[in-house]
Amino acid sequence: MSTPPAGGDAGQRHAGLQVEDLSVAFDGVAVLDGVDLAVAPGEVLVLLGPSGCGKSTLLRTIAGLERPASGRVRWGDEDLTDVPTHLRQVGLVFQDHALFGHRDVAGNVGFALRVAGAEADVVAHRVARALDLVGLAGFEGRRVDTLSGGEAQRVALARSLAAAPRVLLLDEPLGSLDRALRERLTDELGVLLRRLGLAAVHVTHDHDEAFALADRIAVLGGGRIDRIGTPAEVWAQPGTVHAARCLGHDNLVALDADGGCPLGRLGDGPGTVLLRADRLVVAEPGQGVAATVVAVARRAGRPVASLSVGGLSVGGLSVRVPLADGAAQPVVGERVGLVVSDGAVVPLSG
Amino acid sequence: MTRSGRRVAGVARVAVWGIPAAFLAVFFLYPVATILVEGLGGEGVRRLVELPGRGSFRSVAWFTLWQAVASTVLTVVVALPGAHLLARRRFRGRALLRAATTVPFVLPTVVVGGAFLAVFDRFGLDDGPLRLTRTAGAVLVAHVFFNVAVVLRTVGTFWEGLDPRAGEQARVLGATPWQAFRWVTWPALRPAVAAASSIVFLFCFTSFGVVLVLGGPARATLETEVWRHAVARGDLASATAVALVQLAAVVATVMVSNRLQRRRAVVQRPVRRAPLPRAGRGLLAGNLALLGVVLGLPILVLVERSLRHVGGRSGGGWSGGWTGGWTLDHYAALADRVNLLPVSALGALGNSLLFAVAAAGMATVVGGLASVVVVHGRRAAARAFDLGMMLPLGASAVTLGFGMLLALDEPPLDLRSSRWLVPVAHALVGVPFVMRTVVPTLRSVDQRLREAAATLGASPARVRREVDGPLAVRALAVGAAFSVAVSLGEFGATSFLPRHPDRLTAPLALFRLLGVPGGALRGQAMALAVVLMLLTATAVLVIEGGRRHAVRGDW
Repeated sequence: MSTPPAGGDAGQRHAGLQVEDLSVAFDGVAVLDGVDLAVAPGEVLVLLGPSGCGKSTLLRTIAGLERPASGRVRWGDEDLTDVPTHLRQVGLVFQDHALFGHRDVAGNVGFALRVAGAEADVVAHRVARALDLVGLAGFEGRRVDTLSGGEAQRVALARSLAAAPRVLLLDEPLGSLDRALRERLTDELGVLLRRLGLAAVHVTHDHDEAFALADRIAVLGGGRIDRIGTPAEVWAQPGTVHAARCLGHDNLVALDADGGCPLGRLGDGPGTVLLRADRLVVAEPGQGVAATVVAVARRAGRPVASLSVGGLSVGGLSVRVPLADGAAQPVVGERVGLVVSDGAVVPLSG
Repeated sequence: MTRSGRRVAGVARVAVWGIPAAFLAVFFLYPVATILVEGLGGEGVRRLVELPGRGSFRSVAWFTLWQAVASTVLTVVVALPGAHLLARRRFRGRALLRAATTVPFVLPTVVVGGAFLAVFDRFGLDDGPLRLTRTAGAVLVAHVFFNVAVVLRTVGTFWEGLDPRAGEQARVLGATPWQAFRWVTWPALRPAVAAASSIVFLFCFTSFGVVLVLGGPARATLETEVWRHAVARGDLASATAVALVQLAAVVATVMVSNRLQRRRAVVQRPVRRAPLPRAGRGLLAGNLALLGVVLGLPILVLVERSLRHVGGRSGGGWSGGWTGGWTLDHYAALADRVNLLPVSALGALGNSLLFAVAAAGMATVVGGLASVVVVHGRRAAARAFDLGMMLPLGASAVTLGFGMLLALDEPPLDLRSSRWLVPVAHALVGVPFVMRTVVPTLRSVDQRLREAAATLGASPARVRREVDGPLAVRALAVGAAFSVAVSLGEFGATSFLPRHPDRLTAPLALFRLLGVPGGALRGQAMALAVVLMLLTATAVLVIEGGRRHAVRGDW
């Protein structure tokens, strides 16, 4: 698998999908505003952002279902911007899978092949292979309205894969599933995408899903790319407040005009900083800054303490700190010390 | 409650279902039963058995069938691109197009017949090699005019509810726009198209006014045959036999149509309409032009003709004489008596308005009460009323009019000379419109709203008065406007009814004026048609205005 260059889009590359300075407007309102992206073959790029940030529009524009106001979409040296959808060789999987209700599973999965005029036995063979790939071997004759949500999503995926696309676009494909199923399918999808070696763009608003799948993550906000990089990079340096929120960071601290906050002076002036939870430690009273435990809960099975620094009143600060499992847990109301290690404070813009 | 109070409430409860039931039974079920009894008893059955042997009957039946099929196919072909545009595309004039499609649906058939006569005449299609006047072609074109709106509305609405992503998915998978339509959108659309087609087929199969005005004597359908036998010749036995065949055909069609309609389920979802791609502009322009020609041209020419002098030659067709300047003479002439008519055209318009008001009043009372039964009554009663009160709309105008002519002409019920008979016939057709407006409105009152009112201490009667009442009043007004529009244009049933010449309605007067070949009365006919059109258009505006104010309807 290729290891893409770190950080933003680094200069000209000539393989894979490239989106250059892409803008899309609906009724004069800009939805995407100068987006640049590159996805190499074999790479999974996850677009992360809240609903309405333009993620789906970006996918639809790559697929040719929306017209850009300006900018280009390319595959290698081939300019796709004015190529009609059906000639682009992209696969698109919708959240609610958009299966053809009047056809059975085989009819859905083999659709692209039949459109291309393939022989019946070729279609049957490739349909079987695609279904096998998504773990639904033997489902050919099933009616699509008898499928469970997870099965329907797999059929939708198989349908796109059977068309042998160059780019696979996934628009929150797991969004309508319940949590347990979603997590299992996320893992399966990751394995499958890596095995196929396709360029893939996966859209989600769930940061856990993003971190589980991505080679690189692009955080979208206000029609622009806020931050793009490997999961480790964007987690360590989200760059903006918006990106930090999207990525699931809890501890965003507003600073006053002097860069101060209840934890002390964390910057040179007003703004927001991120406290990286992995660099915070709950310690004995007297160490670090005095804090009070207001809650202890388990998030994804791991204990997390919510601490209040500087009292519960307005102006006080609430910080979430992961606790070491197994050790003696602090109890609510207990006074503790909060130790802020080196590198915990990450300045953010915006 | 006092004992007398309880008795009043009991009487009121009986009246709620009794009045609509009696109205339907006396004025619709009894007449239809009379057709059945007369047609199947003794002499009647002999005539019925003879019918298929007659060449003239066979050709009439054949024409009825093929013109209905051809009209339906043509209508669907003309309407489908427009339905796509309305459902999926954004363009300037979209709202206007949508509104325009309602107009032909409520225009009186005779007015449309007159408008097409004017068009054929205007463009020299009334004679020579391209003659359309008195041909099957004229009937087909007029049927397209009437029914394009039905397909645009029903299929367009259904199409809007379809998830566009299935089609988009097909495109992504490599299908051309046409393949995506053919293999994905069309199969999903087919039930709605089938349902709309069955309605259009029914309308064309039972078409009366259009065929009579535009088809000429050689182009008779089962409907016009009944009329010719009964009214023109006074041969009630033959008319009964044909009416029976017609009734059977209509019942069969309605059953098929209901089956088809039950299969369609629309799930509305908000869809962002895509702007029209450049390649689609041609399609849009072409389609709007076609709809413009089919829908707009007849009306424009009609208005133009009503404002032009009839000069020059009088004989030899009336095309030559229309080169004169602008004038209002034809409108002024509406007040004049002409030999052809027992009353002036203006008098006929007055009759029509009176009848329309009376019919709307009856339809509102009967339809309103029936709606209450449908919404609040027991299940069985609700279903019976829902279906039963719709029957007069499904039955053809001829069944309605001829049945009344047969049944209410002699004791025990001799109402034919009564001035109430025409409004009663119109009210029968108006009631379904009232119900289709009132029932969904009453049903739309959120159950939670009722419950909320009840928990705040309102009694059920109070809830009905405070919550349902104001909404129902508005819906009734819209329903009444529908009835007025229907009554003003009603031609088929009415043409069987008035024995009293002074009570001629405007559509009947128009029909007689159009029947004169010479040019002299054409101007007056055109003017009368325009006035009639304006009156129905006003009623439609009231309907559209009312609908914008939270009145729901199944239209």
